[in-house]
Amino acid sequence: MMHETVQTGIQDVWVYLSASPLLHLTLTLVAYQAGMWIYKRAGMNPLLNPVLIAVVALVSILLVTGTSYETYFEGAQFVHFLLGPATVSLAIPLYRQFHRVRKSALAIAISLLTGSIFASASAMAIAWLLGAGTQTIISIGPKSVTAPVAMGISESLGGLPSLTAVLVIATGILGAALGPLVLTAVGVKDWASRGFAMGTTAHGIGTARALQVDEVAGAFSGLAMGLNALATAILLPLAWSLFFQD
Amino acid sequence: MLNYLTLIFLCQLIGEAFVAFVELPVPGPVMGMVLLFAGLSVRRSVPDDLDTVSRALLSNLSLLFVPAGTGIMVHLGLLANDGLAVSAALVVSTVATVAVTGLLMQALTAKRGGNQDDA
Repeated sequence: MMHETVQTGIQDVWVYLSASPLLHLTLTLVAYQAGMWIYKRAGMNPLLNPVLIAVVALVSILLVTGTSYETYFEGAQFVHFLLGPATVSLAIPLYRQFHRVRKSALAIAISLLTGSIFASASAMAIAWLLGAGTQTIISIGPKSVTAPVAMGISESLGGLPSLTAVLVIATGILGAALGPLVLTAVGVKDWASRGFAMGTTAHGIGTARALQVDEVAGAFSGLAMGLNALATAILLPLAWSLFFQD
Repeated sequence: MLNYLTLIFLCQLIGEAFVAFVELPVPGPVMGMVLLFAGLSVRRSVPDDLDTVSRALLSNLSLLFVPAGTGIMVHLGLLANDGLAVSAALVVSTVATVAVTGLLMQALTAKRGGNQDDA
Protein backbone atom coordinates (compact mmCIF):
# COMPACT_ATOMS: atom_id res chain seq x y z
CA MET A 1 0.00 0.00 0.00
CA MET A 2 2.68 2.40 1.13
CA HIS A 3 4.93 1.10 -1.64
CA GLU A 4 2.27 1.72 -4.28
CA THR A 5 1.73 5.31 -3.23
CA VAL A 6 5.45 6.00 -3.48
CA GLN A 7 5.57 4.45 -6.94
CA THR A 8 2.60 6.48 -8.21
CA GLY A 9 4.29 9.52 -6.73
CA ILE A 10 7.51 8.84 -8.61
CA GLN A 11 5.57 8.20 -11.80
CA ASP A 12 3.72 11.50 -11.45
CA VAL A 13 6.97 13.36 -10.91
CA TRP A 14 8.51 11.57 -13.92
CA VAL A 15 5.58 12.46 -16.17
CA TYR A 16 5.78 16.04 -14.98
CA LEU A 17 9.54 16.29 -15.51
CA SER A 18 9.49 14.61 -18.94
CA ALA A 19 7.18 17.32 -20.18
CA SER A 20 9.56 20.08 -19.14
CA PRO A 21 12.67 20.98 -21.15
CA LEU A 22 14.65 21.12 -17.89
CA LEU A 23 14.98 17.33 -17.63
CA HIS A 24 16.74 16.80 -20.96
CA LEU A 25 18.74 19.99 -20.64
CA THR A 26 20.06 18.83 -17.27
CA LEU A 27 20.61 15.32 -18.61
CA THR A 28 22.76 16.72 -21.44
CA LEU A 29 24.91 18.69 -18.99
CA VAL A 30 25.27 15.74 -16.61
CA ALA A 31 26.16 13.31 -19.43
CA TYR A 32 28.79 15.69 -20.78
CA GLN A 33 30.33 16.31 -17.37
CA ALA A 34 30.41 12.58 -16.69
CA GLY A 35 32.19 12.19 -20.04
CA MET A 36 34.61 14.97 -19.09
CA TRP A 37 35.26 13.31 -15.72
CA ILE A 38 36.08 9.96 -17.35
CA TYR A 39 38.23 11.70 -20.00
CA LYS A 40 40.26 13.51 -17.33
CA ARG A 41 40.53 10.46 -15.07
CA ALA A 42 41.98 8.58 -18.04
CA GLY A 43 44.74 11.18 -18.35
CA MET A 44 42.92 13.02 -21.18
CA ASN A 45 43.22 9.97 -23.41
CA PRO A 46 41.93 11.32 -26.76
CA LEU A 47 40.16 8.01 -27.48
CA LEU A 48 37.82 8.63 -24.52
CA ASN A 49 36.34 11.73 -26.13
CA PRO A 50 33.79 13.38 -23.79
CA VAL A 51 31.32 14.09 -26.64
CA LEU A 52 31.40 10.40 -27.60
CA ILE A 53 30.80 9.28 -24.02
CA ALA A 54 27.96 11.78 -23.58
CA VAL A 55 26.27 10.77 -26.86
CA VAL A 56 26.48 7.04 -26.08
CA ALA A 57 25.08 7.64 -22.58
CA LEU A 58 22.25 9.88 -23.83
CA VAL A 59 21.21 7.60 -26.71
CA SER A 60 21.13 4.63 -24.30
CA ILE A 61 18.99 6.53 -21.78
CA LEU A 62 16.59 7.82 -24.45
CA LEU A 63 16.17 4.38 -26.05
CA VAL A 64 15.64 2.67 -22.67
CA THR A 65 13.07 5.24 -21.51
CA GLY A 66 11.39 5.30 -24.93
CA THR A 67 11.93 9.03 -25.36
CA SER A 68 11.87 10.46 -28.89
CA TYR A 69 14.69 12.63 -30.21
CA GLU A 70 12.18 15.48 -30.71
CA THR A 71 11.24 15.41 -27.02
CA TYR A 72 14.91 15.30 -26.04
CA PHE A 73 15.76 18.19 -28.35
CA GLU A 74 13.14 20.45 -26.78
CA GLY A 75 15.42 20.57 -23.75
CA ALA A 76 18.78 20.17 -25.51
CA GLN A 77 18.11 23.00 -27.97
CA PHE A 78 19.26 25.54 -25.39
CA VAL A 79 22.74 23.99 -25.46
CA HIS A 80 22.62 23.56 -29.24
CA PHE A 81 21.72 27.23 -29.65
CA LEU A 82 25.01 28.37 -28.10
CA LEU A 83 26.95 26.91 -31.05
CA GLY A 84 26.26 30.13 -32.99
CA PRO A 85 27.60 32.59 -30.39
CA ALA A 86 30.56 30.25 -29.71
CA THR A 87 31.43 30.30 -33.42
CA VAL A 88 31.28 34.10 -33.42
CA SER A 89 33.66 34.27 -30.44
CA LEU A 90 36.28 32.27 -32.35
CA ALA A 91 37.09 35.72 -33.76
CA ILE A 92 39.03 36.46 -30.55
CA PRO A 93 41.72 33.71 -30.73
CA LEU A 94 41.85 34.37 -34.47
CA TYR A 95 42.48 38.09 -33.90
CA ARG A 96 45.21 37.34 -31.35
CA GLN A 97 47.03 35.02 -33.76
CA PHE A 98 46.39 36.95 -36.94
CA HIS A 99 50.01 38.06 -37.39
CA ARG A 100 50.90 34.35 -37.84
CA VAL A 101 47.94 33.76 -40.15
CA ARG A 102 48.95 36.61 -42.44
CA LYS A 103 52.50 35.30 -42.70
CA SER A 104 51.25 31.91 -43.92
CA ALA A 105 48.50 33.08 -46.30
CA LEU A 106 49.74 31.09 -49.32
CA ALA A 107 50.40 27.94 -47.29
CA ILE A 108 46.90 28.27 -45.84
CA ALA A 109 45.27 28.60 -49.27
CA ILE A 110 47.06 25.55 -50.71
CA SER A 111 46.59 23.36 -47.63
CA LEU A 112 42.94 24.33 -47.37
CA LEU A 113 42.05 23.50 -50.98
CA THR A 114 43.92 20.19 -50.84
CA GLY A 115 42.43 19.24 -47.47
CA SER A 116 38.91 20.25 -48.46
CA ILE A 117 38.87 18.24 -51.70
CA PHE A 118 40.64 15.30 -50.07
CA ALA A 119 38.20 15.16 -47.16
CA SER A 120 35.11 14.93 -49.37
CA ALA A 121 36.55 12.84 -52.21
CA SER A 122 38.16 10.17 -50.03
CA ALA A 123 35.07 9.66 -47.86
CA MET A 124 32.70 9.46 -50.85
CA ALA A 125 35.02 7.13 -52.80
CA ILE A 126 35.41 4.71 -49.89
CA ALA A 127 31.66 4.69 -49.16
CA TRP A 128 30.98 4.04 -52.87
CA LEU A 129 33.59 1.24 -53.09
CA LEU A 130 32.04 -0.48 -50.09
CA GLY A 131 28.58 -0.38 -51.65
CA ALA A 132 26.83 2.41 -49.72
CA GLY A 133 23.64 3.83 -51.26
CA THR A 134 23.71 7.06 -53.27
CA GLN A 135 21.92 9.01 -50.54
CA THR A 136 24.49 7.88 -47.98
CA ILE A 137 27.37 8.76 -50.34
CA ILE A 138 26.02 12.28 -50.83
CA SER A 139 25.36 12.68 -47.11
CA ILE A 140 28.95 11.77 -46.23
CA GLY A 141 30.51 14.23 -48.74
CA PRO A 142 30.50 17.34 -46.52
CA LYS A 143 31.41 15.37 -43.35
CA SER A 144 34.37 17.60 -42.46
CA VAL A 145 32.34 20.81 -42.62
CA THR A 146 30.69 22.50 -39.63
CA ALA A 147 27.18 21.07 -39.15
CA PRO A 148 24.86 23.86 -40.39
CA VAL A 149 26.76 24.32 -43.67
CA ALA A 150 27.21 20.58 -44.17
CA MET A 151 23.47 20.06 -43.80
CA GLY A 152 22.77 22.74 -46.40
CA ILE A 153 25.23 21.21 -48.88
CA SER A 154 23.80 17.73 -48.33
CA GLU A 155 20.25 18.93 -48.88
CA SER A 156 21.09 20.78 -52.09
CA LEU A 157 22.68 17.62 -53.57
CA GLY A 158 19.84 15.30 -52.56
CA GLY A 159 21.34 13.81 -49.39
CA LEU A 160 19.79 13.48 -45.93
CA PRO A 161 20.61 16.60 -43.87
CA SER A 162 19.95 14.93 -40.52
CA LEU A 163 22.20 11.98 -41.46
CA THR A 164 24.86 14.47 -42.52
CA ALA A 165 24.65 16.15 -39.10
CA VAL A 166 25.36 12.82 -37.42
CA LEU A 167 28.24 12.01 -39.81
CA VAL A 168 29.69 15.48 -39.20
CA ILE A 169 29.64 14.96 -35.42
CA ALA A 170 31.10 11.45 -35.83
CA THR A 171 33.90 12.89 -37.98
CA GLY A 172 34.51 15.58 -35.36
CA ILE A 173 34.78 13.00 -32.59
CA LEU A 174 37.05 10.77 -34.70
CA GLY A 175 39.20 13.73 -35.69
CA ALA A 176 39.50 14.95 -32.11
CA ALA A 177 40.28 11.43 -30.89
CA LEU A 178 42.66 10.23 -33.62
CA GLY A 179 43.93 13.53 -35.11
CA PRO A 180 46.54 14.35 -32.45
CA LEU A 181 47.87 10.76 -32.51
CA VAL A 182 48.08 10.77 -36.33
CA LEU A 183 49.77 14.19 -36.45
CA THR A 184 52.37 13.09 -33.93
CA ALA A 185 52.90 9.79 -35.79
CA VAL A 186 53.58 11.52 -39.13
CA GLY A 187 55.80 14.15 -37.50
CA VAL A 188 53.68 17.33 -37.63
CA LYS A 189 55.02 19.26 -34.63
CA ASP A 190 54.23 22.87 -35.54
CA TRP A 191 51.17 24.09 -33.56
CA ALA A 192 49.76 26.17 -36.40
CA SER A 193 49.90 23.20 -38.81
CA ARG A 194 48.43 20.81 -36.23
CA GLY A 195 45.55 23.19 -35.55
CA PHE A 196 44.93 23.87 -39.22
CA ALA A 197 44.73 20.14 -39.96
CA MET A 198 42.33 19.61 -37.03
CA GLY A 199 40.00 22.41 -38.13
CA THR A 200 39.98 21.38 -41.80
CA THR A 201 39.22 17.76 -40.93
CA ALA A 202 37.17 17.93 -37.76
CA HIS A 203 35.54 21.42 -37.77
CA GLY A 204 34.34 22.66 -34.36
CA ILE A 205 34.98 19.49 -32.37
CA GLY A 206 38.56 19.43 -33.67
CA THR A 207 38.81 23.12 -32.80
CA ALA A 208 37.50 22.48 -29.28
CA ARG A 209 40.23 19.90 -28.82
CA ALA A 210 42.90 22.18 -30.34
CA LEU A 211 41.86 25.07 -28.06
CA GLN A 212 42.32 22.85 -25.00
CA VAL A 213 45.92 22.22 -25.96
CA ASP A 214 47.30 25.43 -27.43
CA GLU A 215 45.98 28.88 -28.35
CA VAL A 216 47.88 29.05 -31.66
CA ALA A 217 46.51 25.63 -32.63
CA GLY A 218 43.02 26.78 -31.61
CA ALA A 219 43.18 29.94 -33.70
CA PHE A 220 44.38 28.12 -36.82
CA SER A 221 41.79 25.41 -36.27
CA GLY A 222 38.95 27.93 -36.02
CA LEU A 223 40.21 29.66 -39.16
CA ALA A 224 40.45 26.34 -41.04
CA MET A 225 36.93 25.44 -39.94
CA GLY A 226 35.49 28.66 -41.35
CA LEU A 227 37.48 28.49 -44.59
CA ASN A 228 36.68 24.83 -45.18
CA ALA A 229 32.96 25.54 -44.77
CA LEU A 230 33.26 28.14 -47.52
CA ALA A 231 35.49 26.03 -49.80
CA THR A 232 33.38 22.86 -49.55
CA ALA A 233 30.12 24.78 -50.00
CA ILE A 234 31.44 26.08 -53.32
CA LEU A 235 33.53 23.13 -54.57
CA LEU A 236 31.42 20.09 -53.68
CA PRO A 237 28.21 21.08 -55.53
CA LEU A 238 30.38 22.18 -58.48
CA ALA A 239 32.32 18.88 -58.60
CA TRP A 240 29.12 16.85 -58.16
CA SER A 241 27.42 18.57 -61.10
CA LEU A 242 30.55 18.22 -63.27
CA PHE A 243 31.06 14.51 -62.67
CA PHE A 244 27.61 13.09 -62.11
CA GLN A 245 25.22 15.15 -64.20
CA ASP A 246 25.29 16.28 -67.78
CA MET B 1 29.66 41.27 -19.49
CA LEU B 2 26.06 41.46 -20.65
CA ASN B 3 26.96 44.12 -23.20
CA TYR B 4 29.60 41.90 -24.79
CA LEU B 5 27.30 38.88 -24.83
CA THR B 6 24.82 41.14 -26.62
CA LEU B 7 27.56 42.22 -29.02
CA ILE B 8 28.30 38.57 -29.88
CA PHE B 9 24.58 37.90 -30.49
CA LEU B 10 24.37 41.06 -32.57
CA CYS B 11 27.31 39.96 -34.76
CA GLN B 12 25.60 36.62 -35.32
CA LEU B 13 22.28 38.28 -36.09
CA ILE B 14 23.81 40.62 -38.66
CA GLY B 15 25.78 37.67 -40.07
CA GLU B 16 22.60 35.57 -40.42
CA ALA B 17 20.72 38.44 -42.05
CA PHE B 18 23.59 39.20 -44.44
CA VAL B 19 23.98 35.56 -45.51
CA ALA B 20 20.25 35.20 -46.09
CA PHE B 21 20.13 38.43 -48.07
CA VAL B 22 23.17 37.77 -50.31
CA GLU B 23 22.44 33.99 -50.47
CA LEU B 24 26.03 33.13 -49.56
CA PRO B 25 26.78 29.43 -48.91
CA VAL B 26 28.35 30.38 -45.53
CA PRO B 27 26.66 29.92 -42.16
CA GLY B 28 25.52 33.10 -40.40
CA PRO B 29 27.72 32.52 -37.32
CA VAL B 30 30.87 32.26 -39.50
CA MET B 31 29.91 35.60 -41.08
CA GLY B 32 29.38 36.92 -37.54
CA MET B 33 32.89 35.76 -36.66
CA VAL B 34 34.27 37.70 -39.63
CA LEU B 35 32.33 40.76 -38.46
CA LEU B 36 33.61 40.57 -34.88
CA PHE B 37 37.12 40.00 -36.23
CA ALA B 38 36.82 43.14 -38.36
CA GLY B 39 35.63 45.09 -35.31
CA LEU B 40 38.60 43.91 -33.22
CA SER B 41 40.98 44.81 -36.05
CA VAL B 42 39.63 48.36 -36.09
CA ARG B 43 39.72 48.65 -32.29
CA ARG B 44 43.18 47.00 -32.17
CA SER B 45 42.59 45.25 -28.82
CA VAL B 46 40.30 42.75 -27.09
CA PRO B 47 38.22 44.23 -24.23
CA ASP B 48 38.68 42.22 -20.98
CA ASP B 49 34.98 41.49 -20.56
CA LEU B 50 34.65 40.28 -24.16
CA ASP B 51 37.57 37.97 -23.48
CA THR B 52 35.79 36.61 -20.38
CA VAL B 53 32.53 35.97 -22.25
CA SER B 54 34.27 34.26 -25.17
CA ARG B 55 36.35 32.10 -22.83
CA ALA B 56 33.16 30.93 -21.10
CA LEU B 57 31.66 29.95 -24.47
CA LEU B 58 34.79 28.37 -25.94
CA SER B 59 35.98 26.49 -22.85
CA ASN B 60 32.92 24.22 -23.20
CA LEU B 61 32.76 24.20 -26.99
CA SER B 62 32.58 20.43 -27.34
CA LEU B 63 29.51 20.26 -25.04
CA LEU B 64 27.58 22.23 -27.66
CA PHE B 65 27.86 19.35 -30.16
CA VAL B 66 26.23 16.80 -27.87
CA PRO B 67 22.56 17.53 -28.80
CA ALA B 68 23.24 17.19 -32.57
CA GLY B 69 25.37 14.08 -32.01
CA THR B 70 22.56 12.43 -30.07
CA GLY B 71 20.57 12.66 -33.33
CA ILE B 72 22.36 9.45 -34.37
CA MET B 73 19.50 7.59 -32.66
CA VAL B 74 17.18 8.62 -35.51
CA HIS B 75 19.45 6.95 -38.10
CA LEU B 76 20.31 3.69 -36.36
CA GLY B 77 18.26 1.77 -38.96
CA LEU B 78 19.99 3.28 -41.98
CA LEU B 79 23.39 2.87 -40.33
CA ALA B 80 22.67 -0.84 -39.82
CA ASN B 81 22.68 -1.19 -43.65
CA ASP B 82 25.50 1.13 -44.62
CA GLY B 83 27.27 0.94 -41.24
CA LEU B 84 30.46 -0.75 -42.43
CA ALA B 85 30.89 1.46 -45.50
CA VAL B 86 30.19 4.59 -43.46
CA SER B 87 32.52 3.67 -40.58
CA ALA B 88 35.37 2.73 -42.92
CA ALA B 89 34.89 5.90 -44.97
CA LEU B 90 34.83 8.10 -41.86
CA VAL B 91 37.86 6.56 -40.17
CA VAL B 92 40.11 6.27 -43.24
CA SER B 93 39.14 9.65 -44.67
CA THR B 94 39.53 11.44 -41.32
CA VAL B 95 42.95 9.95 -40.56
CA ALA B 96 44.18 10.59 -44.12
CA THR B 97 42.84 14.16 -44.27
CA VAL B 98 44.44 15.14 -40.94
CA ALA B 99 47.78 13.70 -42.09
CA VAL B 100 47.73 15.22 -45.59
CA THR B 101 46.61 18.69 -44.45
CA GLY B 102 49.02 18.79 -41.49
CA LEU B 103 52.04 17.61 -43.47
CA LEU B 104 51.33 19.96 -46.38
CA MET B 105 50.81 22.98 -44.12
CA GLN B 106 53.96 22.20 -42.14
CA ALA B 107 56.06 21.72 -45.28
CA LEU B 108 54.79 24.99 -46.80
CA THR B 109 55.21 27.10 -43.65
CA ALA B 110 58.57 25.58 -42.67
CA LYS B 111 60.12 26.80 -45.91
CA ARG B 112 58.82 30.33 -45.52
CA GLY B 113 59.47 30.40 -41.77
CA GLY B 114 63.05 29.24 -42.39
CA ASN B 115 63.65 32.03 -44.89
CA GLN B 116 62.33 34.61 -42.49
CA ASP B 117 64.46 33.31 -39.64
CA ASP B 118 67.51 33.50 -41.86
CA ALA B 119 66.74 37.02 -42.95
